[in-house]
Amino acid sequence: MPRPPSPSIPEKEFLFNALKQSLRLDGRQALEMRTPTLTFGPDLGWVECSLGKTRVIAQVDGKMVKPPPERPLEGLITIHSEISPMASTEYEPGRPSDEEVTMTRMLDKVIRRSDAVDKESLCIQAGQRVWHLRLTIHCLADAGNLLDCACLAGIVAFKHFRRPEVEVVGDEVTIHHPSERAPVPLSMHHTPFCLTFAYFPDTSTPPVLDPTHLEQRLSAGLLSVALNAQRELCVVQKAGGVPLDPDEILRVVDVAVIKAKELDKIVEERLKEDFAGRNIEVQ
Amino acid sequence: MHDRALINVEVNIVPFSTGERRKRSRGDKRILELGSTIKSTFEPVVQTSLYPRSEIDIFVHVLQQDGGLLQASINASTLALISAGIPLHDFVCAVTGGVHSTAPMLDLTTLEENDIPHVTVAVMPKTKKVTLVTMETRLHVDRFGDIFKLACEAGQVIHKEMKRAVSERTQKLVTAMEMGPRVVPSADVGDRDAMIDDLNDY
Repeated sequence: MPRPPSPSIPEKEFLFNALKQSLRLDGRQALEMRTPTLTFGPDLGWVECSLGKTRVIAQVDGKMVKPPPERPLEGLITIHSEISPMASTEYEPGRPSDEEVTMTRMLDKVIRRSDAVDKESLCIQAGQRVWHLRLTIHCLADAGNLLDCACLAGIVAFKHFRRPEVEVVGDEVTIHHPSERAPVPLSMHHTPFCLTFAYFPDTSTPPVLDPTHLEQRLSAGLLSVALNAQRELCVVQKAGGVPLDPDEILRVVDVAVIKAKELDKIVEERLKEDFAGRNIEVQ
Repeated sequence: MHDRALINVEVNIVPFSTGERRKRSRGDKRILELGSTIKSTFEPVVQTSLYPRSEIDIFVHVLQQDGGLLQASINASTLALISAGIPLHDFVCAVTGGVHSTAPMLDLTTLEENDIPHVTVAVMPKTKKVTLVTMETRLHVDRFGDIFKLACEAGQVIHKEMKRAVSERTQKLVTAMEMGPRVVPSADVGDRDAMIDDLNDY
């Protein structure tokens, strides 16, 4: 089981000294995020998100299934994310590392538990047919902050996806092919964005937003905040790591609120650009 | 690891712990996450540098749950570590808090957790710093601020109770040790032989 070489002592000291002077190795400000680049594929619901060198692909597809008896009026959403060694040599296939478990659970909380997608709108025929949406996340490269990238890719994929229009007449269900009738966007309650802050062992060092790989390895604690542009917190996760003042956490949440608004604007613009270029409306 | 101890946490939730009997698979991500959350909470608190090349195992068995699972697991683990005599930097006291409309609530039951947004906070009472914050439900930022501060204060109250419980137990142990059979510090072997010879004489 090859262990990745830990960051060397000169690297560690250099990073800590630089951070004490509020200088980050890639030239960003302490609370500045790498600008996300969103690329949409030919299919609706396929998006590649990159934060600097961290790249994640998310894809949504839907099929009709019979709902479970305890919830006959809601659709199903499943998220499948596995970090393969393609992302980085640190990850092993088959055995979920701690970080992978954290990422899977955070994705689940941010996208599923926060009710981003309206599940009741996915119901076609109560108790018989509902849409089952499957979100698949592929992590291509890990240059730090895989979690934020994956959450962003996932939520944008849901916003980008269009499901075929379904007509229910009595007991008969007709699915219209996208070429006959324009596919319908998913009805979403809100758009959560995840932001991760890294803290370092020296408490005088300020936290950094969107850590790179080295910053993440050398951090003493990570605080992840997922929220939407309407100032609603969806997930707050600080599991262990260096203890923080309650005021510090509230300050970080305020910073996250501003960043979420910026992210929201960027995402909306990109989606608009992409749809202007596509031809999904049937004349 | 050559300079510190490894902390390993395993959580076992028995099927009869909830209202409905439900067997959970071993690889259940929610249970794995609970374990890894407890592990990350205690890693900076336990003085692991005193036990290099060793492993400290924390086994959490959930016998009955009605809300506040993470909170109870962390409090129980703190007390177990203290009772085992493992040196810690400070207690870790955890509390759940929630907001119903505008009324804040602490220490929620399952029914309440299913209904209202809630947050679990773990504090280290001496420095009043927060080691763990988890929230999975949607809550407005302003409401969050209020309930977060309240939960931090509640952590101090739990700390008082924990300290009381630990001192009571220590008292009991000390009393038990004092009332046990006194062990005479053993004399030299030579003296003992002389004593036995004396006894044989009589």
